[in-house]
Amino acid sequence: MKRIGLIVNPIAGMGGRVGLKGTDGVVDKARALGAFPQAPNRAISALKALMEIKDHIEIVTYFGEMGENEAKECGFKIKVISTIKDRESNQQDTIEAAKRILEEKVDLLLFAGGDGTARDIYNAVGENLAVVGIPAGVKIHSAVYASSPKKAGELALLYLKRNVSKVKEVEVMDIDEDAFRKGIVNTRLYGYLKIPYDPKFLQGKKSGSIMNDEGAQRAIALDVINHMKEDVLYIIGPGSTTRPIMQALGLRYTLLGVDLICNRKVVKNDLTEKELLKEISDKVCKLIITPIGGQGYLFGRGNQQISSEVIKKVGKENIIVIASNHKIRELSGKHFLVDTGDEEFDISLRGYVRVTTGYREQIVYKID
Amino acid sequence: MKRIDRSLKVRTGFHQAKWDEPIIFELSKKGERGVLVPQADDEITKEVGDGVSKISSSMLRKEAVNLPEISQSRVLRHYVRLSQETLGADVNIEIGQGTCTVKYSPKVNEQLGKLPGMAEIHPLQDESTVQGMLEIIYETDLAMREISGMDRFSFQPSGGSQAIMAMASLVRAYHEANGEVDQRDEIITTIYSHPSDAAAPALKGYKIIYIHPDKDGYPDYEAFKSVVSEKTAAFFVANPEDTGVYNTKVQEFTELVHKNGGLCCYDQANANGLLGVTRAKEAGFDMCHFNLHKTFSTPHGCGGPATGAVGVTKELEKFMPAPLIDFDGEKYYLNYDVPNSIGKIRSFNGVAPVIMKAYAWIRSLGAEGLYEVAKIAVLNNNYMFKKLMELDCVDAPYIEGKQRIEQVRYTLEKLAKDTGVTTGDIQRRMMDFGMHYWCSHHPYYIPEPMTLEPTETPSKEDLDEYIETLKYIFNEAYETPDKFENAPFASSCHQVDESNMDDPEKWAITWRSYLKKYTEK
Ligand SMILES: Cc1ncc(COP(=O)(O)O)c(C=O)c1O
Repeated sequence: MKRIGLIVNPIAGMGGRVGLKGTDGVVDKARALGAFPQAPNRAISALKALMEIKDHIEIVTYFGEMGENEAKECGFKIKVISTIKDRESNQQDTIEAAKRILEEKVDLLLFAGGDGTARDIYNAVGENLAVVGIPAGVKIHSAVYASSPKKAGELALLYLKRNVSKVKEVEVMDIDEDAFRKGIVNTRLYGYLKIPYDPKFLQGKKSGSIMNDEGAQRAIALDVINHMKEDVLYIIGPGSTTRPIMQALGLRYTLLGVDLICNRKVVKNDLTEKELLKEISDKVCKLIITPIGGQGYLFGRGNQQISSEVIKKVGKENIIVIASNHKIRELSGKHFLVDTGDEEFDISLRGYVRVTTGYREQIVYKID
Repeated sequence: MKRIDRSLKVRTGFHQAKWDEPIIFELSKKGERGVLVPQADDEITKEVGDGVSKISSSMLRKEAVNLPEISQSRVLRHYVRLSQETLGADVNIEIGQGTCTVKYSPKVNEQLGKLPGMAEIHPLQDESTVQGMLEIIYETDLAMREISGMDRFSFQPSGGSQAIMAMASLVRAYHEANGEVDQRDEIITTIYSHPSDAAAPALKGYKIIYIHPDKDGYPDYEAFKSVVSEKTAAFFVANPEDTGVYNTKVQEFTELVHKNGGLCCYDQANANGLLGVTRAKEAGFDMCHFNLHKTFSTPHGCGGPATGAVGVTKELEKFMPAPLIDFDGEKYYLNYDVPNSIGKIRSFNGVAPVIMKAYAWIRSLGAEGLYEVAKIAVLNNNYMFKKLMELDCVDAPYIEGKQRIEQVRYTLEKLAKDTGVTTGDIQRRMMDFGMHYWCSHHPYYIPEPMTLEPTETPSKEDLDEYIETLKYIFNEAYETPDKFENAPFASSCHQVDESNMDDPEKWAITWRSYLKKYTEK
């Protein structure tokens, strides 16, 4: 018997239909504009993909539209773990449900929502549980979501049926909805969730496996460390690709923030733009960064601390871009993007850049 | 008696042999023998001893060699059964193994390779007793010079990748001689060149820089320009690449590398559409390699014994693997006078029977025949390309509307999106019709890839049968996509869990390591 956690954010996706760019904080407005819930039907589509093992799973979920109704409609065996019943759910319920489901020791958590939901799930379970996102929200930037509800169900099925033990970390991204409604795109990297990783399912068979990807990241780290020079400051940008560098050096790191090292020691962790500018003002400095998976942003997404001022100070020739081949392939030919807010400077960054993809291995890639 | 209906080109009735054939070690029966050697006569041992006790104990085995003990007929049955369980070149229409140039290799050349004068000579024989073989190698060299424009060939490498390794060694030796070996530590290649074009130089200590294609599938010249420098040791590239796209501007690439002091190495393993049409020399290359086991119609030796013929310009001759085969006007001889030689690539002078078969093939065709080979290979490929591109679910990225050389990397992305059936599924299903089908090297840069290379040898009937079989299966994908999950149905072996291939922890390369990993706990 397998146990699956299920959380549906019933209001996810309501804003989109009525042009609200997200539903956070504006549910009532959305309702007034005639929006109706999207997520429940999408969750049902995903659950239908699990029918063939229906008798072998138990769904652990919350009341009403948060999962109970959807699971019931598909005829699954259910365990409802919420104490309260029959009221409108809210963001706090999502977080609470995820925490409780984690305690229930399920095999996998399926959740339906958008970027905001992914963030809530991340806050509750972190990297302690494999999850699969059913896309139902207005904004879907996080790679935690499958390309369609049906695909989400199928991925879950593969994970449960074949006991694929491999998982991979994917970025949890969200944009500030208030700013977005005013036309300002301000994406942040919130953290990482773990999704089942079946290379067959995602990329066609053997187009690189998670083992290779981890191996590639370690090889990249080795290459970077080998080239490190004495008394030069290294700015280590955020992300799971830069992390192995810090791990290999045995240094404390900030996964989502910017760290500064010199002579294999931490100068300072988690620096702000101001702190960075101060620390590097009169020193030789190099910048190690990796693009955001699936999007290709080198600057301006998830690493706003590394502003155009900082990059200018470091110098274009001192930027070291790193990414595994897997990550490059997931861009499906899309070029790298930069958006520092300083348009003239962004243009000056355009052209070709070398990307370290392994030990003594680089590709040449275009920045647009 | 009812005749079988042959109106459908597709062989729906195929079923491959299937034997529950154990590993040969599992067939071993203690004491069973293939040939029984008579015991030594008492009088003989009395005179000269038992032949063993005089060997010093430190040199004696403590235990008998652990070889299978098995009768002759059982050995024969074992291997014949295994051969029936493979989809060999002689039983299927070999179109599906793109980039491998699997063509029909005339059986008469096989027989030549088995002639006593060929099969019974040994490379350690005195030169004067193997003049014929040396002549064949020398003349094959002359032919290859003509075909490529290079000035000297070596046939030592026994595979394409080994030839690429030899080229990487030549590059290193050249820069060493110029005192630039430390400065030049970068090799540039392209993502659609063969993986060995990166792997071999990497093994030689070089840093590898990959160029992605531009929107037409040519290596992106601007990207290339941004990395060629005084650090460039060499440019390794295949042309056409595995996409079948021929980079007509390759000369601009080689010129730029030369201007910066680097060398240009041409992976000509994809030469089947180029014979008598273009040459490495005119494209500006300093060296190249051909796979005799592909273009020159000798059977594939599976990583050797095959032959990767390496050719270089006059300037690089002094770095070639020694010995070279030369002719002094009277006799052929092994020439060890190669001052800056990279040394030996393998024992002796190459795989003699393979060189012999290639030589026979070249001589039987002549210059006109070789050109004809290229022409027919290209026409066959483009006929197939046209027929397949008429199908809604098949596409091929790059140079839209233009023709390809000798192979095409297609994409079945639409089919996969429409039906959920992937190129890997198609590959497995093709086996049910007794056909090979190859996707691509990894990683898959072209989604859901399918790489086909018809060569010059299949007839139109063969091409049509292959195309019809693909169509039949694509149709099936739309109508009964679920069927593919369990394919193949008519093959010797059902699905193999390929995830094991990604996990070195699970690999067992030998029987002994299998026992260690899986049975001794
Ligand atoms: C373009 C190219 N280069 C090199 C090779 C390597 O040759 P081999 O398999 O003999 O090592 C191949 C083999 O398919 C090839 O297609």
